[in-house]
Amino acid sequence: MELKRRTILGSMAAGAAILSAPAVLGQTRPRVVVIGGGSGGATAARYIARDSQGAIDVTLVEPTRMYYTCYFSNLYIGGFWELADMGHSYGTLAARHGINVVHDWAVGVDRDAQTVTLAGGDTLPYDRLVISPGIDFREDSVPGWSVAAQNRMPHAYKAGSQSELLKAQMENMREGGTYCMVAPPNPYRCPPGPYERISMVAHVLSERNPTAKILIVDPKENFSKQGLFEDGWARHYPGMIERVGPDFGADNVSVDPEAMTVSIDGVIEQVDVCNVIPGQKAGRIAELAGITDDSGWAPAVPANMKSRMDDKVYILGDAAAQGDMPKSGFSANSQAKVAANSIRHELTDARLFPARYANTCWSLIGTDDGVKVGASYEATEEKIASVEGFISQVGEDADLRRQTYEESIGWYNGIVADMFS
Amino acid sequence: MMGNNVFRTLLGAGAILAGLGAAPLAAQTGSGAVPLGDAARGAGLWEQECAACHEMGRGAENGIGPHLNRIFSRRAAGLDDFVYSGSITRMGRDGLRWTYRTLDAYIENPYALVSGTRMSYAGLPDAQDRADLLGYIRQFSDMPEDIPEAEPTARRVEIDLPPEVLAIRGDREWGEYLASECLTCHQRDGAAMGIPSITHWPEDRFVAAMHAYKEGLRPHSVMQNVARRLDNEEIAALAAYFATIDD
Repeated sequence: MELKRRTILGSMAAGAAILSAPAVLGQTRPRVVVIGGGSGGATAARYIARDSQGAIDVTLVEPTRMYYTCYFSNLYIGGFWELADMGHSYGTLAARHGINVVHDWAVGVDRDAQTVTLAGGDTLPYDRLVISPGIDFREDSVPGWSVAAQNRMPHAYKAGSQSELLKAQMENMREGGTYCMVAPPNPYRCPPGPYERISMVAHVLSERNPTAKILIVDPKENFSKQGLFEDGWARHYPGMIERVGPDFGADNVSVDPEAMTVSIDGVIEQVDVCNVIPGQKAGRIAELAGITDDSGWAPAVPANMKSRMDDKVYILGDAAAQGDMPKSGFSANSQAKVAANSIRHELTDARLFPARYANTCWSLIGTDDGVKVGASYEATEEKIASVEGFISQVGEDADLRRQTYEESIGWYNGIVADMFS
Repeated sequence: MMGNNVFRTLLGAGAILAGLGAAPLAAQTGSGAVPLGDAARGAGLWEQECAACHEMGRGAENGIGPHLNRIFSRRAAGLDDFVYSGSITRMGRDGLRWTYRTLDAYIENPYALVSGTRMSYAGLPDAQDRADLLGYIRQFSDMPEDIPEAEPTARRVEIDLPPEVLAIRGDREWGEYLASECLTCHQRDGAAMGIPSITHWPEDRFVAAMHAYKEGLRPHSVMQNVARRLDNEEIAALAAYFATIDD
């Protein structure tokens, strides 16, 4: 906890001092613009700026001044972490690494002119562009739901006020009420995320509202770490959680946010809280830049994370269609380092190294009951392909599960330092 | 307001350190002084808990951790030729000295006493275990050169590596790129909380540890997975980079 507090204090102080570093080496420096200050974008900006030691002019475009990680926001819902623990500012990236941090929306990309247009009217020229915008929701995914209904039926799949809203609705639910989650179809951000959230909701309800029910309406046949979650739910929250799959019509779901009902293959269920996690696609700026395909995602070259549509544009993280890597913060961070090396090689005389990718996803099922899944990946012509993986086992002893949870906190502190320090 | 808080915190820490420093060479408990424990039993605990990283005795050298000859009464972070974490260096400067009391607290829960320590050790919860262990360590503070059997305590051999593997000079720049995978979890500044510190290790120890993971001699699914796809040159490159990483 001490570590996090120090990081937050330090970056606050730096943020007050300077948010935009002056260009000191003149106009001849090659320019990189990074759109999106999350796990992909912040990591890429930091590695390019730090490792090029001023030889590359890096601008990071991110609308929010305080970034809340989506990972660990379930632990906030479960009461294990504070929301403030997950907030990070960009002050250190500007002050220590000389990155121009611009708090604005990117609203257009002209790939012929090699410029990015901002909502505030500015135009940023680039030699290389990194797009790391995260996800947006498909409007047609769950009939009856739209972003306009997100206060009645929160998604809480972008962390911050949505997480606060869902937590408050869950905690204030009537005694014996029903908490419903409409789970997303593949592919989506953070494959174990919905099920870790169910675990955290069950953790709170089993103490505050033990007669409450949890209903998962899931269009997928199966899900990430399913055996581990179902084992944990039976041990920690027996009888509380029911999951309806496509075999019982969960692939034909609509909602009515006004009436607070969910229709499962025509059968109407009255619920008290409804967490709709819709189907997803690449963040809108990727679409505006013209680098997405019919799938809604942006295809990437496995060897270096370039867009398959434009070799001066890189696409990172959740928005990328790259193959086998899950859409996770860890993956985005891993991909960013490959892209940063490729960009430094093309714009300066830095050595080019072959791509290496890795991912691990930790989840918390109950108090001190952590599990993980992960793999290493390699670039093939066709896709980023899984090489070898590992997963926690059902029946592990309590010590190992506690260590896994503590390890996840260590990872959290590691990755945010790798992005923001 | 903030200045005030910081000042108060420092004062509080100073008071604690002063209190710890003043403790005698015996553990103060509610029921009175407890003498140093059973050193013979402590020798076994040393082997099990400490010897992977620390040495003691004649000719003991710094390894992953500093040597512990004359640790009693040494100032924290007191060896000139060992790279300590910033946290413990600051605490040493602020007056932390190793006494029975402070060592007992540190071994019980390293992160509670020194939050940013590079020592990757979860702690020894049992008070008798700590008393026995400290009884053993204390012998190497009294008169390490005079203890007849005090050859350096054995360095744990994890894995026998052929000399040509140990002789590889790591490509530090390649190591820096490869290290970016490690730094998603392991802190660059060496702080060890939940995930161990891997900075400033002697290169041969780093190489041995990675090969031990690769061969499955060290348990940990993530690390085995990471190590299995690293070849000898890549492991040497990582060792070279992390041995000299700057915070």
